[in-house]
Amino acid sequence: MGIGPTRPTGEPGPVPHQGWVTPHIAAEFPGLGVSWIETEAAPGKSPESVRARLRALSDRFYGSHAITMRERPIPWAYRVFFRQIGLDPDSTRTPIEQLAFERLRDGAFLSAGLPTDALTIATVETGVALRAVDADRIEGRLGIRASAPGESLAGGGALAQGTLILADEVAPAGLLFGETAPAHRVESGCRRVAVVAIAVHAVPRIAVEEALWMAAGELAEP
Amino acid sequence: MANLLERDSFNSLGAGVDERLARHEMRRQVGRLERELAGLLSEAFGRLELDYRVAAIATAPRLLDLGELERLRDELAKRVAEARLDLARRARVETGSRELLREMIAAPAEFKWVSISRADVGEPGCGAWHSRPRLGPIGLLMGWWQVKVSSGCPLAGRLAAVER
Repeated sequence: MGIGPTRPTGEPGPVPHQGWVTPHIAAEFPGLGVSWIETEAAPGKSPESVRARLRALSDRFYGSHAITMRERPIPWAYRVFFRQIGLDPDSTRTPIEQLAFERLRDGAFLSAGLPTDALTIATVETGVALRAVDADRIEGRLGIRASAPGESLAGGGALAQGTLILADEVAPAGLLFGETAPAHRVESGCRRVAVVAIAVHAVPRIAVEEALWMAAGELAEP
Repeated sequence: MANLLERDSFNSLGAGVDERLARHEMRRQVGRLERELAGLLSEAFGRLELDYRVAAIATAPRLLDLGELERLRDELAKRVAEARLDLARRARVETGSRELLREMIAAPAEFKWVSISRADVGEPGCGAWHSRPRLGPIGLLMGWWQVKVSSGCPLAGRLAAVER
């Protein structure tokens, strides 16, 4: 869509951390990956500059975008991946399609504070699926694996064995797409936010990096 | 003979049945069908309601086995085939309506009181072509017929006035 860079051009962005994917899942889904950027940010009301960017984005996003969205390469890639992992993308919407739905329903991308607004801007701009977790709660590196028998999201419900999850080296951080474990959620008191991108086959690495930089840039807005 | 049978089994050949390639192929086909369905859905938008839903196989994200992937592929293929058929039928109706409209414009008196909407010819928006007598009852008596083009969608103000 292109509403302009969120940080000065030419300035190198931070290098995203690359996560792991267990070998048997990587073998089934080439191109599946997780990467993230950690940034100093606290949840709260979005600054005026971020809200202005959301308004500008709302003005540039029409119904026609929503209708043709699933034909565009990156939203299509997520739709296909949702199908491939057993989900119906018309019921459990992909992040970009959920935002498009909300834009049409509410008439605008409504501000929901940080870090949500930052993720909204970056997701709508790039199509990449992003989420935010509390960076200080991450033990080691993030990765993608299948849940073990009896495993659950800390403080949440039990997971069916083999559920694809985002996890650190100790515990699940959330479903691969969907609920975040209560222990990893960005809540009041959080000081560092990890913006996490889930890449799937046919999503270019440059788009993932752009999404992460963009979201981190919005979170760093004064 | 028993020895031969034993040697011909997969295990004795040391060739494990690896379904991974089959699953990859299923996933590739799912991707292609999903793209095709998306295209058909865009093509049908505003003209036709397509049944494009394919139910979820799982409640939470997980690896699907070959059977499940086949079922998903088949469901998508069915939706695509139905959508293609519905669109082809719709295209035939629209072509017929366009031909009727051409004839009606050429000879309005031959198509008295016939109305063809923009939707009938596959065009977006409101409006219709209507064969009506010129100057009302006088035209009706004299056989003066014309095709009148309606002015399009009602304005928001007018719709609000109707509700008041």
